Amino acid sequence: MLAHGWGRYPSIDAKSFTFNSEADLRARLKSISSGSAIARGLGRSYGDSSLSENLLSTSRLNRFISFDDTTGDLVCESGVSLSEILDVFVPRGWFLPVTPGTRFVTVGGAIASDVHGKNHHNAGSFSNHVKWIDLILADGSVARCSKSERPELFMATCAGYGLTGVILRAAVRLQTIETAYIRERTIRTKNLDEALVAFDEQAGWTYSVGWIDCLAGGKHLGRSVLMLGEHATRRDIGESKDPFRLRPNRELSVPFELPGFFLNTMTVRAFNSVYYGKASSGERIVRYEPFFYPLDGVHNWSRIYGKRGFVQYQLVLPKESGKEGLKKILERTASKGLGSFLAVLKLFGKEDAPYLSFAKEGYTLALDFPITSSLFKELDEMDSVVSNYGGRIYPTKDSRMKGEMFYAGYPQIDKFKEVRAAVDPNRRFESLQSRRLGI
Amino acid sequence: MNRSVLILGASSDIARAIARKFGSEGWSLLLAGRDVELLSRDAADFRLRYKVDVEAFGFDAVAFESHARFWDSLPGKPEGVICVFGYLGGQKVSERNWDEAKKAIDTNFTGAVSILNIAANDFEERKSGFIIGISSVAGDRGRMSNYIYGSAKAGFTAYLSGLRARLSKSEVKVMTVKPGFVATRMTEGMSTPALLTATPQQVAADVMRAYKRGKPVVYTRWFWKYIMLIIVHIPERVFRKLKL
Repeated sequence: MLAHGWGRYPSIDAKSFTFNSEADLRARLKSISSGSAIARGLGRSYGDSSLSENLLSTSRLNRFISFDDTTGDLVCESGVSLSEILDVFVPRGWFLPVTPGTRFVTVGGAIASDVHGKNHHNAGSFSNHVKWIDLILADGSVARCSKSERPELFMATCAGYGLTGVILRAAVRLQTIETAYIRERTIRTKNLDEALVAFDEQAGWTYSVGWIDCLAGGKHLGRSVLMLGEHATRRDIGESKDPFRLRPNRELSVPFELPGFFLNTMTVRAFNSVYYGKASSGERIVRYEPFFYPLDGVHNWSRIYGKRGFVQYQLVLPKESGKEGLKKILERTASKGLGSFLAVLKLFGKEDAPYLSFAKEGYTLALDFPITSSLFKELDEMDSVVSNYGGRIYPTKDSRMKGEMFYAGYPQIDKFKEVRAAVDPNRRFESLQSRRLGI
Repeated sequence: MNRSVLILGASSDIARAIARKFGSEGWSLLLAGRDVELLSRDAADFRLRYKVDVEAFGFDAVAFESHARFWDSLPGKPEGVICVFGYLGGQKVSERNWDEAKKAIDTNFTGAVSILNIAANDFEERKSGFIIGISSVAGDRGRMSNYIYGSAKAGFTAYLSGLRARLSKSEVKVMTVKPGFVATRMTEGMSTPALLTATPQQVAADVMRAYKRGKPVVYTRWFWKYIMLIIVHIPERVFRKLKL
């Protein structure tokens, strides 16, 4: 079958295997005759992190195992999606400790990418809330690791992109909520300086994220809408509302890939102007889904970028030099008309402990670019800007960065490689990405 | 309001999806299959998700002589039985290897008859209950590519049809489900046309809808009814030449 990531680029003709249990996976691993293998969940990593000749799909490994309603510790198999966790546990007053911008990722994937969310500045990344992981190693044995048990394996498996083995089960600690609603505050800022100041001023909010109009240049460069949120209390929502009962949402879908000309500077400019104009400042109570997952309401939205697919370019710059670096990046994007449909800005908190975790203290910016013949050259140039400012790129979104860029951004790569060499000396687990980056 | 359903062959993808559907609507679940360890994991999952009673039991469709004992050992008889187990096998192998052909017949037909006879007699006496059999569109007409499996399913379809007529006098409902292509472990690695291939969840939703409406026969997805209508009416001399 032809497999690709969420960005629809690149693709590979791969064999896909599913499994029900450890024994089953062991047998599947043995039956692989050629090429490498990599675990794959819902395929939401954008580039080539979950692509290889053999895909070990966790789609059938999706059971809840136990839940402790005094601590919030949920033990589940790695193929359980965050969406399933929300469906089951939100009505019981529990929420994910950290969630990315889509609910359609698996627990295994969330750990392997060490995903972050709008609360990174106070909660860290997903793995920070993982108590332990069971994974199957290249030799077929099952290893448990945690911050105290085989800690090196734990630090390499979180944000390990599946390269240390296949995650089978994990324990994740959920957080309590009083309602399924979010108290949302919106702030509009005229330019980047204002936006960055606002991030600092509003650091007390649990959730924060900014949306940038990339096409606005000059004195409007970096004009943004900041969205801040808190889990609403019962008092916030008022007596009349049932705190957890939400009516099902109607979902839209992009049924096929739109022609390439659909997205161009004009349409994106129009979209961004409308979006910026529509966002009113102030506070309101919203359901949790549109706050956390605005795009999940439109299935297969990545198809709007057409057959050639797209790249999401997500970078982080250290806080000190970040402002200047962000300006440079935004100026480039605005002047070249690279047409980012979505540009997301966020202030990260402290760096996470896993060796290859992406987040570190500073500003992260995510830009979507439809693939064109000149894009990769542009992005290589952008890489050098990021690198010069001491930043790095998020591998989960990546399909094109060069090995040097990766190595420059991830100084703990040697520790990672040491662990991997010990648990998978023959490189049974490899992705197109790990090969491209020379990991 | 403690309705319970027994699912036979409960570890398959379609069975798991059906179990989830019934569990999500508050049904107690009795899961039966060969791999009790696996079913126990499903049981724990369903309990956590749906807060319903779930138990797992060992059951082997082709161990006919054990069926009566299995039925008697159930703690309280379920309101309904859903017979999901089946075995696709390989057509080419089945043509030359009797054991393979026999396994398909024994699993898809003989085993189903054996256990459903027992359930049917119980329900008939009780004058309530329902039986849902997962047959296949493959039973509607024998095709060269899978007629061993298809003929066993044809037998099962005919069995359910007769059983339905018999039990209609005792307020017991019998429903025949005929899935077309479904993306399951059974069909993994086969290249089935994407547009015609259903997910186990779609099949489960169709089964639940048809059960609630009291339908005797349901194709899933719905369009298979029309596809099969055409296929059964293709004249023999044309059919012979088709690579179906």
